[in-house]
Amino acid sequence: MTDIAIRVENLSKRYRIGGTQGHFQYGSLRDSLASAINAPLRRLRGSPNNQEDGTIWALKDVSFEVKKGEVLGIIGRNGAGKSTLLKILSRITRPTEGKVQLWGRVGSLLEVGTGFHPELTGGENIYLNGAVLGMRRLEIERKYDEIVDFAEIEQFLDTPVKFYSSGMYMRLAFAVAAHLEPEILLVDEVLAVGDAAFQKKSLGKMGEVANEGRTVLLVSHNLTSITRICDYAILFDLGHLIQYGDVNRIVSKYLLSGNRQEGLRTWKNGLADPGIEEFKIMSLRIRSERGEISTSLDVKLPFWIDVEFQVFKDLPTCRIGISLLTLDGIVVFVSYNTDDDENAGNIEPGNYTCSCLVPGNFLNPTRYSITIHAETSPKYRLARSEHVLSFEIENTGAIGSEFNPLRYGIIRPKLSWTQKKLE
Amino acid sequence: MTEHSKLANQSETAHDIQPDPDIEIGPSRQLSLELGDLWHYRELFYFLAWRDIKVRYKQTALGAAWAVLQPLLTMVLFSVLFGYFLDLPSGGVPYPVFTYTALLPWQLFAYALNQSSQSLVADRNLITKVYFPRLVVPLSSVAAGLMDFSISFVILLGMLLLFRIPLTVRLLTLPFFILLALLSAMGVGLWFSALNVQYRDVRYAVPFLTQFWFFATPIAYSIEIVPPEWRLLYSLNPMTGVVEGFRWALLATEYSVGPLVLVSSAVVVLLFISGIFYFKRMEDGFADVV
Repeated sequence: MTDIAIRVENLSKRYRIGGTQGHFQYGSLRDSLASAINAPLRRLRGSPNNQEDGTIWALKDVSFEVKKGEVLGIIGRNGAGKSTLLKILSRITRPTEGKVQLWGRVGSLLEVGTGFHPELTGGENIYLNGAVLGMRRLEIERKYDEIVDFAEIEQFLDTPVKFYSSGMYMRLAFAVAAHLEPEILLVDEVLAVGDAAFQKKSLGKMGEVANEGRTVLLVSHNLTSITRICDYAILFDLGHLIQYGDVNRIVSKYLLSGNRQEGLRTWKNGLADPGIEEFKIMSLRIRSERGEISTSLDVKLPFWIDVEFQVFKDLPTCRIGISLLTLDGIVVFVSYNTDDDENAGNIEPGNYTCSCLVPGNFLNPTRYSITIHAETSPKYRLARSEHVLSFEIENTGAIGSEFNPLRYGIIRPKLSWTQKKLE
Repeated sequence: MTEHSKLANQSETAHDIQPDPDIEIGPSRQLSLELGDLWHYRELFYFLAWRDIKVRYKQTALGAAWAVLQPLLTMVLFSVLFGYFLDLPSGGVPYPVFTYTALLPWQLFAYALNQSSQSLVADRNLITKVYFPRLVVPLSSVAAGLMDFSISFVILLGMLLLFRIPLTVRLLTLPFFILLALLSAMGVGLWFSALNVQYRDVRYAVPFLTQFWFFATPIAYSIEIVPPEWRLLYSLNPMTGVVEGFRWALLATEYSVGPLVLVSSAVVVLLFISGIFYFKRMEDGFADVV
């Protein structure tokens, strides 16, 4: 039962960037010869990205194996090579070096609605899109009703899709794709379509697919869906495979890779916009209620966000702000030290610390990141840095978690309720 | 190094239970036509053709009448200009039928050439997002032309009836000439579609080439007005063989077309095969450049 579904060996892909495209035809032969000669040399020199010759290695020496039935998440920042990897695995483009072996029928889903034609009706597009994705006609006919049901578009089946709302369009597109039944499924960033209810349905469908014993490779920026669906994950950075392992471990590693140190971020020379000399942010840290620096916080307890800053000249209207964001980039709140009247008014030169107390029983147990900024009124920016720290609100028994560990909504505040029995 | 030996070990031990992979992807493949792969995707071929036919006359007021109007109006103009004013010879049949019979395969050819040349760029969203044999795209793009052809062919049958020109057994050879027209369009179209991915000049070159080619083909005139010693050279243009073949099959023209058709067919085969090979050679780069 240790059958392998995907084996990738020393895979590399080089892209041409910039203005050399016009000579692709001549260039391709010349360049492939040159790369065959240069590649071993370059590897010795250890400089994977040679921008001088107008090329860039989107993937470099990547090797891994995926067992049959494994659900693997692929994580990395933009430009890490995730999408290039999927494009090679789905045979859209060829690698520059290395080899891939696949056991089983491959279906890829790099975009929803590939091949949809605006002039054709919803029903016709189900057939067209299904065929484009590699389904047989009989297969499409068999699943037709199921697809229509899933997309919730019965009454618009005979309407050209150009008249669809974008939500309907996406739902139909995802519905077709979700009914693809290959042995190996490659998925890129397509879960985030439709409204919240449909997203949940899509996520459920993906989970179902994963449970049917199919091999799935999933690229997504949505770490919540990755951790929910995948067993294992691979972390990529700048075309290199950084680590393979259990999905939770890899996700944490990815989140931490943006932070210098857990729970504390310091700027040696201070953080300030270019040209700003009167003000510097020195550090940002997250403290539990008991005062320990930590990135893992109890959902029921309050915690502190501290900002250390220096002022070199009187600042009559300065304010320091923190923005709390979910990993999908939704701003949970923005708060300023001057929200408390005591801190408003002139700030004399000196060293300061301001602290913000975030209440317990307030955030949903998931991951958040902090963006820090400072400005003088009216809106003259002193400093700003995004996603400086990230932290996790741990579910140690959040309100109502016996029903569902993660509730809908960005926050999960404990509100006052009253209840009376009526006679 | 350890990484490497570990991998080697794994494949050593896995060798017994692990069958050959279904798909192997490497930097480049041997130049093979992969006809099996193409056969596997025959349904996609069908669906893309079906799509083109479905949307061909969507949101037009005249609809499929366009398929008839173009050759019909051209025929009227030519009949006045060349048939009446210039009184060109027309192989013993009335000039309008003579030129319309040639306009039909020409229309098919021009449409097929234009569509296949633009096809890869037009379907670039497919090419960059899904795998399938790329040949499916230019080859299926010509199908909608057959619809236009069938419609205007019905008009031709009516004209034959009107001018009392009897059909003969030669009619049975017509599919061969239709195929010849399609193959020559696809032959050139394969070259152009692959070039178009890289050089969008093709978009401007094709309309000009089509116009140029139109006059180099005996459509408004008969091959008879070309000096005999020039005719074989003239038939290096594959459409010469197609057009004269059409007339031979439908109008029972008296002059011989055998050598013309032979030369033209040879050129078509050459064009088509070279087109396929050029296309296959360029195929790997399409998704990266288009």
